Amino acid sequence: MSSGVDVNLENIWIKFGDFVAVREANVNINGGDFFSFLGPSGCGKTTILRAVSGFLNPSEGRVLIGGKDMAGLGPNKRPTALIFQNLALFPLMKVWENITFSMEVSGASAGERRKRADELLDMIALPGQGDKLPSELSGGQKQRVAIARALCAQPDVLLLDEPLSALDLKLRQHMRTELREIQQRVGITFIYITHDQGEALTMSDSVAVMRAGIIDQIGDGHAVYDTPATPFVASFVGENNVFRGKISAINGDEATIATNRSGELLSKITPAAVGKLNVGDDAMMFVRPEVLKMQEGDAKTTISAKVLNEEFEGNSYSIYLEGEGGKQIKMAMPNLGNDPHKAKGDMVSFSYDASNAVVMPAGDLASE
Amino acid sequence: MKSNILFGRIALGVYFIIFFGYLIGPLVVMGFTAFNSAAFPSITPWQCFTYEWFSELFQDERILNGIKNSFIIGFGTVILSVSIGLAASLVLTQVWAKWRSTYYTIIIAPILIPGVVLGISTLVFWRQVSDMLGGVPLLNNGIFLTIIGQSTFIASYCMLVFVARLQRFDAGLTEAALDLGATHTQAFRKILLPFMRPAIASAAVLAFLASFENYNTTTFTFGSYPTLTIELSQMVRYGINPSISALAVIIVTITVFGALTLEVLRRRSKVKAGDIKPSKGLPSWLFGNVATILLVALSFGLIAMVTTAQSYSPQQCKANYKEARQLENQIKIDALQAARAAAIAAAAANGETTEESGTDEPATQGGATGAFGGVFAPTNLEGAAGQNSGEDNGAAAPASPFGGVFDPTNLEGAAGQNSGETAPAAPASPFGGVFDPTNLEGASGTGGN
Ligand SMILES: Nc1ncnc2c1ncn2[C@@H]1O[C@H](COP(=O)(O)OP(=O)(O)O)[C@@H](O)[C@H]1O
Ligand SMILES: [Mg+2]
Repeated sequence: MSSGVDVNLENIWIKFGDFVAVREANVNINGGDFFSFLGPSGCGKTTILRAVSGFLNPSEGRVLIGGKDMAGLGPNKRPTALIFQNLALFPLMKVWENITFSMEVSGASAGERRKRADELLDMIALPGQGDKLPSELSGGQKQRVAIARALCAQPDVLLLDEPLSALDLKLRQHMRTELREIQQRVGITFIYITHDQGEALTMSDSVAVMRAGIIDQIGDGHAVYDTPATPFVASFVGENNVFRGKISAINGDEATIATNRSGELLSKITPAAVGKLNVGDDAMMFVRPEVLKMQEGDAKTTISAKVLNEEFEGNSYSIYLEGEGGKQIKMAMPNLGNDPHKAKGDMVSFSYDASNAVVMPAGDLASE
Repeated sequence: MKSNILFGRIALGVYFIIFFGYLIGPLVVMGFTAFNSAAFPSITPWQCFTYEWFSELFQDERILNGIKNSFIIGFGTVILSVSIGLAASLVLTQVWAKWRSTYYTIIIAPILIPGVVLGISTLVFWRQVSDMLGGVPLLNNGIFLTIIGQSTFIASYCMLVFVARLQRFDAGLTEAALDLGATHTQAFRKILLPFMRPAIASAAVLAFLASFENYNTTTFTFGSYPTLTIELSQMVRYGINPSISALAVIIVTITVFGALTLEVLRRRSKVKAGDIKPSKGLPSWLFGNVATILLVALSFGLIAMVTTAQSYSPQQCKANYKEARQLENQIKIDALQAARAAAIAAAAANGETTEESGTDEPATQGGATGAFGGVFAPTNLEGAAGQNSGEDNGAAAPASPFGGVFDPTNLEGAAGQNSGETAPAAPASPFGGVFDPTNLEGASGTGGN
């Protein structure tokens, strides 16, 4: 199998008339990586992928694959294979013909194609299904055929456009691991698009989080989850409690925020914002539900609130709290067999570790 | 309430009977006339069951030649129209959205232009082109002009069929093919074309039928290659016989089988695409609707016809029919003679005028509906003492008001016993009787067949 090649997007702008779909994208993807673009629907993910695969030309900037500028090369000349959002299996061709379509157009004999199809069918765990039509397969099977079809073209880069979005939850989770396994086996660069942060985090070596045509942050799953660069990333990736306020003090990579309703709170400054915050700036502090502890700590990391509701979710509890001035806070606790069970209306004090909270300049949040 | 529903159902039933009667009644009637030995297409009076019109049809050089030309032109039109239509529909999907509706209107306009205009303009245009090039025989050739002329609007029909199909095409499939390394030509040939295949088949059938039945345009362009429709229209001018019905039966049968085949293909491609599940055992479309059941019945009828046609001969029936007619007439003549004799006797006895009673009675007894039929009846009898001659009076004349007028001539000109055979057909046409004399004169010995 071909080993992975680098993909570089250099200052890519993509415009449709006056509408800017992608703004100043700079992305460097290492060869053999599983790289994801994560963002809400309509943020320009597919558009970027189409620029990489050659279906559209960026208005500005360059796409480099394996160091080569792809300008002027059509999709059939690029070492990429795209798995379409709707799979786009050829409905009138049998499964094996679908899989080996790339060989057919390059003139391979039927015997060769059949042989290769059987190999790939074994790989995707669909042995002996080659003579079916795509319409006779289940959703997950179609999915795998699409993957096999793309791999059969022996691309250096495999592009996947939300390939799992049509599957049910169980199958989706199964396919995640399967995709990751395939990627590690074939060793080529995968560029994966999704609006599901769970998918992006579980599979990727690296994630680019996009918002309305802008890439807000690129990093591995931990970086994106634990140290979000912008309020958008913080609120889009996973759940978060947001506290708005003004910076009242800065001490190295820690800052104190005078929050609007919850008093003064201490937090780590998110790495991307270190050196960019000044006292008096509007800021947002994010604390994840699972880092909140049901115990009092320092004055600057302790919040008091009233219990509104408690939800049991099997492996965890969600506790919904209402702080000063109606501030909504969510807390999540693992189910360790000792139900803390608070009655509705109880006043509780809880705290967090300042290193688990991040503060950054105020900005737009991801809308629910 | 209940009676209302009942009334509604009855009304609906009546409506359907009328509606379907209106739709297929003429075809059914025409179908039967093809098997009646009467010389003019009719089902009453039913004479003899016969296949002779089919053999007559296949002996008619002009019709056969017309069919041949129709087929040649039909195939030419299919190839040209389908190609142009497909190209036009593909361009439509590529054209800049702003110009799409304008383009569409231009392409579709030939359907709205009268065929006559298309025919004339085709003729004029290509003659002009030919003249400019110093006289190219091909450009004045009837087959060439007809194919070109018909295709101007048939291509638009085809385009409509293609556009409908193309609207359901997922452009992502072409992209997928390109992405997998196919050239644009390969993507077209391996992805789009197979997808369009059912539409191409439908368009081809449509184009062929439209070409086959076309008259308006063809009438200006056929030159020395008359098509079937042209031949038929020319034949009708000089009188019509049931071989045209026989042709209609054949065409209807072919059309119906064509439609059935198309339906089967359509179902099969749907099954292939997974739209409907293939059923086990007998295919469900066989029982799916009344039309298909009728089709099956029709095909059995056809098989029966082909097998019996080898052995069946209507000669006996015809002879019987003639005999029956002669007998009937003999009875009438006898009755008339008796009545006349009685009238003369009565007149002699009572001393009244002979004319009045003499004319009244034969008129009613002879069954003549013609106003003048009775007037001539006495003369007939005098002029035609032979027993066979009466056939024309008795059978043919009554339905036609003028039939009786010519009777005396008939009888004089055609005393032979076979002469009556064509005459019974006359009742279907008010002018049937007018033509009889000619028939009889021209073919006194053979019975006009
Ligand atoms: N061909 C196009 N013409 C105009 N606008 C487009 C076109 N393709 C995409 N867009 C717009 O660009 C934005 C990003 O689209 P897309 O990349 O498909 O989003 P997603 O992240 O959901 O894949 C959307 O607002 C979409 O309407
Ligand atoms: Mg998309």
